[in-house]
Amino acid sequence: MPARRAVLVIVLLAALAGMSLFAALTVGSMQVDLREVLDALVGGAGVRQEVVRLLRLPRALAAFATGGLLALAGALMQILLRNPLADPYVLGLSGGAAVGALGAMFVGFGALAVHLGAAGGALVSVLLVFALARRDFARQQMFGAFDASPRLLLTGVMLAAGWAAVITLMLTLAPEARLRGMLFWLMGDLNGAESWAPALLVLAAALVVIYPAARDLNVLLRGEAIAHALGVRVRRLRRTVYVVASVATALAVTTAGAIGFVGLVVPHALRLALGNDQRMLLPASAFAGGTLLLLADTAARSVLAPQQLPVGVITALLGVPVFMFLLTRNPRKT
Amino acid sequence: MSTPLLEVRDLTLQVGARILVRELSFQINPSEVWCMLGPNGAGKTTFLHTVVGLRESQAGMVRLAGRTLGDWSAAEAARQRGFLPQTYHDAFSASVLDSVMLGRHPYLSRWQWEGEGDREIAIDALAAVDLAGFAQRDVLALSGGERQRVALAALLAQDAPLLLLDEPVSHLDLHHQLLVLDHLGKLARERGTGVLFTVHDLNLATRFASHALLLTPQGTVQQGPIGEVMTETALWCAFGHRVSRIEAAGRVLFVPE
Repeated sequence: MPARRAVLVIVLLAALAGMSLFAALTVGSMQVDLREVLDALVGGAGVRQEVVRLLRLPRALAAFATGGLLALAGALMQILLRNPLADPYVLGLSGGAAVGALGAMFVGFGALAVHLGAAGGALVSVLLVFALARRDFARQQMFGAFDASPRLLLTGVMLAAGWAAVITLMLTLAPEARLRGMLFWLMGDLNGAESWAPALLVLAAALVVIYPAARDLNVLLRGEAIAHALGVRVRRLRRTVYVVASVATALAVTTAGAIGFVGLVVPHALRLALGNDQRMLLPASAFAGGTLLLLADTAARSVLAPQQLPVGVITALLGVPVFMFLLTRNPRKT
Repeated sequence: MSTPLLEVRDLTLQVGARILVRELSFQINPSEVWCMLGPNGAGKTTFLHTVVGLRESQAGMVRLAGRTLGDWSAAEAARQRGFLPQTYHDAFSASVLDSVMLGRHPYLSRWQWEGEGDREIAIDALAAVDLAGFAQRDVLALSGGERQRVALAALLAQDAPLLLLDEPVSHLDLHHQLLVLDHLGKLARERGTGVLFTVHDLNLATRFASHALLLTPQGTVQQGPIGEVMTETALWCAFGHRVSRIEAAGRVLFVPE
């Protein structure tokens, strides 16, 4: 892909993200027009301005950052495992986070403890995978050098199965009154997600860390042996990819619960539509994932207002038909 | 005498408790085409992986263009030697041209994009493996032999003075086997490229290689000019199967009994 086309794609997606942000700020149970939104952003006084500044803006930014983190992490996991079916949760990270968060809800702790529980659970999960599959990261595989890391994938899948059992156990034993909150968390929910700053900062940091290695990632997709022969420091790169993807996912899960689908589908849809050059795909995924989740969350809080839907439901209901269309339209370019 | 492209001293290869190759020493000089022969599991791939740096050696030394392998940076080494693995698998679709242009990776700085020159090199490489019209095709839609030629084209685009190839013609039809090996021979003659390839077809080996390494199940290695290494007795020892050497149509041929 020529550099010019990549830049064009990224600029267009960034513009789209900006427009979605304004759309999200105007839509809601209280209609606010564009002029009032702008007024709110520069610090204007008034009820509508307050609603925009204190309620909608933090939630919109949290939604954008979460979607961006998930799509970026998904793209990275798909490269790490060389498997188009990988998503940010494929190595069991969301399971660990869910056990931590649901554990906090189970004993009746507040929102802060739920966030901390999610972050702690995610961290435990990341470290477990790293320790169990350390051979995949620490040493060049002798004869498996061409395989798509089946051991790493199996480790993650097994860990996820273990977490799932614990989650089911907790849901079974949980008191009726807390069950609804737990289910919402599992579906992913941006209601009450005010802490957008850490997620947005981590999204920017993740892009800054991984982007210089984007062409190395293109080479890594051809297999570890070829990447090594072409001068890529494979072990170090794989570790970096795993750490960046894990931190991104952990922040997303901590911010908004286990929102599914975005991480799997956004990178994949972009790949089908635009090609697989990571120099374009990684930033494009971040913008497109953020935009998708932002629009989905706006729908989630306005379609059946005042009833709020879990945003994960919306992403799946919107995304599945779009993805099916892309997949059946023409799976092979030219 | 110029510096050897590859120099191996007292190299011992071991997998578990089994010694595959014992104290091998040899060197590849510019313009030499080496073939590596030996039965399955004799250590051909293990040897190549060791020389490429994918695997640590138990004992011995490998020098690339006069410098110990460990002293090369990854990017420098990639401009000095290319490697074609025996198997590879494409998980994602990509155009043939983009796949081949990855061979230019070692020459680009961190923020540099492939330029018109890289594109021309990639297109020439595709023409060399008879894939001239395939630039925009998707690699996932190609046959096994065509994919192997795409990988070969990427290796040619890497433009390294030393080429190491693990069964480069295993999936190719007769015509393309000859075409590819002939092209490697041409690079050796015209540009001084050193080539080492593994192959199971004895007649392709005698036809295209100037030198041979013959691995035996016992861990000993015969080496030298092809005519001296490939004898009926040596091949029988290595493969455990009798072959007869005949001369026909001006060529040396080996016919298994």
